[in-house]
Amino acid sequence: MTADTLSLEKLPSKLQVNDLNFYYGGYHALKNVSMSIPEKCVTAFIGPSGCGKSTLLRTFNRMFELYPEQRAEGQIMMNGENLLTTTMDVGLLRAQIGMVFQKPTPFPMSIYDNIAFGIKLFENLNRTEMEDRVEWALTKAALWNEVKDKLKQSGNGLSGGQQQRLCIARAIAIKPQVLLMDEPCSALDPISTGYIEELITELKKDYTVVIVTHNMQHAARASDFTAYMYLGELIEFGKTDDIFVQPKKKQTEDYITGRFG
Amino acid sequence: MSAVPAMFNPISESNPIYRARRRKNRVLMGVSLAMLIYGLVWLVWILVTLLWESAGALSPTLFTLMTPPPGAKESGGLANPIWGSLLIVSSATAIGTPIGILAGTYLAEFGRGSWLASATRFLNDMLLSTPSIIIGLFIYTVYVAQVRHYSGWAGSFALALIVIPVVVRTTDDMLKLVPNSVREAAIALGCPKWKMVTMVCYRAARAGIMTGVLLAVARISGETAPLVFTALNNQFFSNNMNAPMANLPQVIFQFAMSPFEDWQRLAWGASALITAAVLLLNIVARYILSRSK
Repeated sequence: MTADTLSLEKLPSKLQVNDLNFYYGGYHALKNVSMSIPEKCVTAFIGPSGCGKSTLLRTFNRMFELYPEQRAEGQIMMNGENLLTTTMDVGLLRAQIGMVFQKPTPFPMSIYDNIAFGIKLFENLNRTEMEDRVEWALTKAALWNEVKDKLKQSGNGLSGGQQQRLCIARAIAIKPQVLLMDEPCSALDPISTGYIEELITELKKDYTVVIVTHNMQHAARASDFTAYMYLGELIEFGKTDDIFVQPKKKQTEDYITGRFG
Repeated sequence: MSAVPAMFNPISESNPIYRARRRKNRVLMGVSLAMLIYGLVWLVWILVTLLWESAGALSPTLFTLMTPPPGAKESGGLANPIWGSLLIVSSATAIGTPIGILAGTYLAEFGRGSWLASATRFLNDMLLSTPSIIIGLFIYTVYVAQVRHYSGWAGSFALALIVIPVVVRTTDDMLKLVPNSVREAAIALGCPKWKMVTMVCYRAARAGIMTGVLLAVARISGETAPLVFTALNNQFFSNNMNAPMANLPQVIFQFAMSPFEDWQRLAWGASALITAAVLLLNIVARYILSRSK
């Protein structure tokens, strides 16, 4: 499937956002955002700094709840449940919606334990099963060949690009349904960025990927759908090719062509 | 033509601004150096005197013989106060460390921004700088005077009260150094908060917290004032923490002021032992910290 044959309306939606409002204390950061994020596609959020794209991403796994002054109102439907009000344990919810952050965040433990940590939270695997799963995750994240001989070494000893792939491996090891990526390449060199872009294309076979990026080319290359946000509002959302080639709104066009931002 | 003479170039050795800055720099460098030497002189003096005076006291029998009675013919040692100090300091550490680490964890991980945490942090800083003699008197009032006898336990309680604020402070500080992004990464995997703290944050802060504990041990191993009213002293070897117990700082205090020459020599020996122990603890602490980087 390529983006050319897709159309937003016909695709099954994985995350359905309805009238989402978000507040940092008194600051209204997201204003009536509604969108449907299609399953097993890559959706990119673009927009200038402070437009709310990371904020939107962080509502999907209720990350904002760590900070008492932040609150979200509205609906985010996944598998028929509103994630914001569900009685489901928030730990289980987050296990279904993995997240990769802007800066690599390896845990202070070995490469192997970095991956095993998340798996152990929900599954009781024996030694062989665990080893298989770790290898599977690292292979999927295109890191296995580089680290297979040093699984017992600290994750902090890897390069920035390797650390980020380690974090991706850690996130997919627990087999989430959705993978959220908050500017995963912004701290990386072009070669590592290339790896991760390829990886994202690979990942959408099994996962719904939502990615925040500041890099236009990155969004254009790696995503099927693109949402342009500005000042907390969703300005335009559609097929990436349409957004970049013939945006419907002047604002989107200005941002994409660099006349603004 | 301009008002400034063409030949004046501000970027040159003769610029008065530059010369004044150089002069100030030289004066301040000189003052700093003088202060450094002033500080070092006393420190070296203390260490040299200590080594010189304790040279006669240092022998293997220091570790095997008991403290001698006044005016004894045969020489004595420090076996009972060494053992007593080890018991008192290790139980104080065993009592104070878990309390300190847990309280510090609350401050850094669970109570962020709450009034309870700010109040605790403030009181802890006060406790950190409370004169140790007051801590001794406190334990005397609430424990010794109630049970009506001095004891090794009372000494440990007093020293534990000195350990707690040090460990609370280092645990709090070291956990705050753990980047929030790492916490979020753990939470994003669906990890409950207590597991994030114990499996991720503690690991990241481990070296710093251990260093804090070691420095607290170094701090209490030479404390005398809190023991005057609590552990008292004991002429004999004792394993009974419920009775008065010999300890090195008390021995120094009593023996150094005594008229007996062998007692004075032993006081120097005890001083050298404590100093060596503190030095060793500091080296270990530095080693742990440097290895973690």
